[in-house]
Amino acid sequence: MNNPLVTVKSVSKIYRRDSLEIPVLNNIHLQVPEGEFLALMGPSGSGKTTLLNLIAGLDRPSGGEINVGGIRIDSLKEKELARWRARNVGFVFQFYNLLPVLSAFENVELPLLLTGLSRKERADHVRFALKVVGLEDRMHHLPRQLSGGQEQRVAIARALVTDPKIILADEPTGDLDKVSAEEIMTLLSRLNLEYKKTIVMVTHDPRAAEKARVRRYLDKGELV
Amino acid sequence: MWVLRLIAKNAARHKLRTLLTVLGLAVAIVAFGVITTALNAWNTQIELIPPDRLVTRHAVSYTFSLPISYKDRIEQVPGVERVAYANWFGGLYQNDPKNFFANYAIGPENGIELYPEFVVPEDQKRAYYEDRTGCIAGQKIVDKFGWKIGDVIRLTGQIYPGDWDFTLRGIYRGAEVGTDETSLIFHWKYLDERIGQMYPGWSGQAGWFVVKIADPSASAAVCAAIDDLFRNSSAQTLTETEKAFTIGFISGLDAIIVMLKVISYLILGVIFLVLANTMLMSARERINEYTLLKTLGFGSFRVAGLIVGESLIIAALGGTIGILLTFPAADALGRAMSTFITVMAVKSGTLIMAMVFALLVGILSAVVPTIRALRISIVEGLRHIG
Repeated sequence: MNNPLVTVKSVSKIYRRDSLEIPVLNNIHLQVPEGEFLALMGPSGSGKTTLLNLIAGLDRPSGGEINVGGIRIDSLKEKELARWRARNVGFVFQFYNLLPVLSAFENVELPLLLTGLSRKERADHVRFALKVVGLEDRMHHLPRQLSGGQEQRVAIARALVTDPKIILADEPTGDLDKVSAEEIMTLLSRLNLEYKKTIVMVTHDPRAAEKARVRRYLDKGELV
Repeated sequence: MWVLRLIAKNAARHKLRTLLTVLGLAVAIVAFGVITTALNAWNTQIELIPPDRLVTRHAVSYTFSLPISYKDRIEQVPGVERVAYANWFGGLYQNDPKNFFANYAIGPENGIELYPEFVVPEDQKRAYYEDRTGCIAGQKIVDKFGWKIGDVIRLTGQIYPGDWDFTLRGIYRGAEVGTDETSLIFHWKYLDERIGQMYPGWSGQAGWFVVKIADPSASAAVCAAIDDLFRNSSAQTLTETEKAFTIGFISGLDAIIVMLKVISYLILGVIFLVLANTMLMSARERINEYTLLKTLGFGSFRVAGLIVGESLIIAALGGTIGILLTFPAADALGRAMSTFITVMAVKSGTLIMAMVFALLVGILSAVVPTIRALRISIVEGLRHIG
């Protein structure tokens, strides 16, 4: 087994609404080796997305430790966390989250704007990422001029353009038809196998989960 | 650079909404600019009145007159150089209130010499002195009504009944830009004679005295000395600088202008609410986009820059269009009110103030949407997606 890229130790998460405490995750232990393709499954409200958000550094645990690539991200300050995310994490969302006024090229370029790369270097990276997802010929199209599957491929190109340590995908096929979903899962598998990307994916879809090499189940905030 | 590009693209996203907001802001800026320009023009007119002229009027009201015999006594007051007298005539050209312009009688014959700001060619001045029914009119009203030297101008008296014919003998120009060029002046003697024929008891009266003094810094003492002369008379006087007299004379108009100025500020207030609403709607619609940027690692400063920048672009666009439209609007108003306002020149200070107001509105409108966009956590923001 490869070294763990992600180590989640005794993590709990409690949301507070006024005086009400809602426990979402309870004493989670998880290790994700480098190069792994992990599918997190479970019913709605089981805490899958919350766990993904914690690993992504988008949220903070109520207790426990989260270590990604040798860094305790739960103890980083907000600004440090933002910088860390920019360098180390690629995100894929259910609804793609592309900026509608930007072309495919500009959307993919977004994460690179936080790096010190020159314009030409950025353009080279963007072209390569769009080539990987097979959308080199659509780089000047706006999101509304693309199909759902193509939009998700642009989102995947955006996720990998900075060459992050880990790609986190939240229901990446949730808004797609069967054919497009299959294409997206094939693409994610390729990224894992060919480009050795570590992927953690939250999904409801058993077909999508089949593409992952490891599947873990969450129920009522606990890994089962 | 990408921030500017994204701001511009965001501003153009809802074209109609942005256009209406920009136009609303432009209209508010035009209203502000025109009203401020009118107020400036009014102040310029007041400022141009020489400080060495005093006005003595009846202590009770402008509507009461003073005996013409006061002239000789006022001339005896130390510091007084010359004294003239005048009566407001209030006649209407073609008996149409739309043709209003100031018209008054001045005596003695050379009383106009007390107004060096009215520049009249010497030959025209002589022709005026020699004609009992002669008059001198400002270049602006001469141009407006197409008069020429020798024309008979008929005014219908509103205070003194009947039609009064005056022969145009001279045309005056202002010595400085902003000097009033919209008055008509005629001989007090002509007025007094006709009044004497119609109402014998009314003759020998002056509406006010114009007093030229040697030293403007001594005006307070001279004013007091003149009023002391008539303290125990049946017609007590009130003497003040002509500047103060003019302000008081048309204080009603001044009040209207102040009111309009307040309205222009209120318009700016309303447009602030409109722009704030536009920005709130835009920011609410784009919460997911701001959340995405934060997720990718963009800091609060950059996200705030997108919202404030968009608001500023809309405000600057509205401000610029408003400023450009202020010139023709002020010009049109100046033409329409040429007998009230001498020079409607838009000052650079007004334009700077208008742009500052526009940008201020832009910044303030972005405050609440920015705070909202920054306060929302990424996890919360991601829930808005879809």
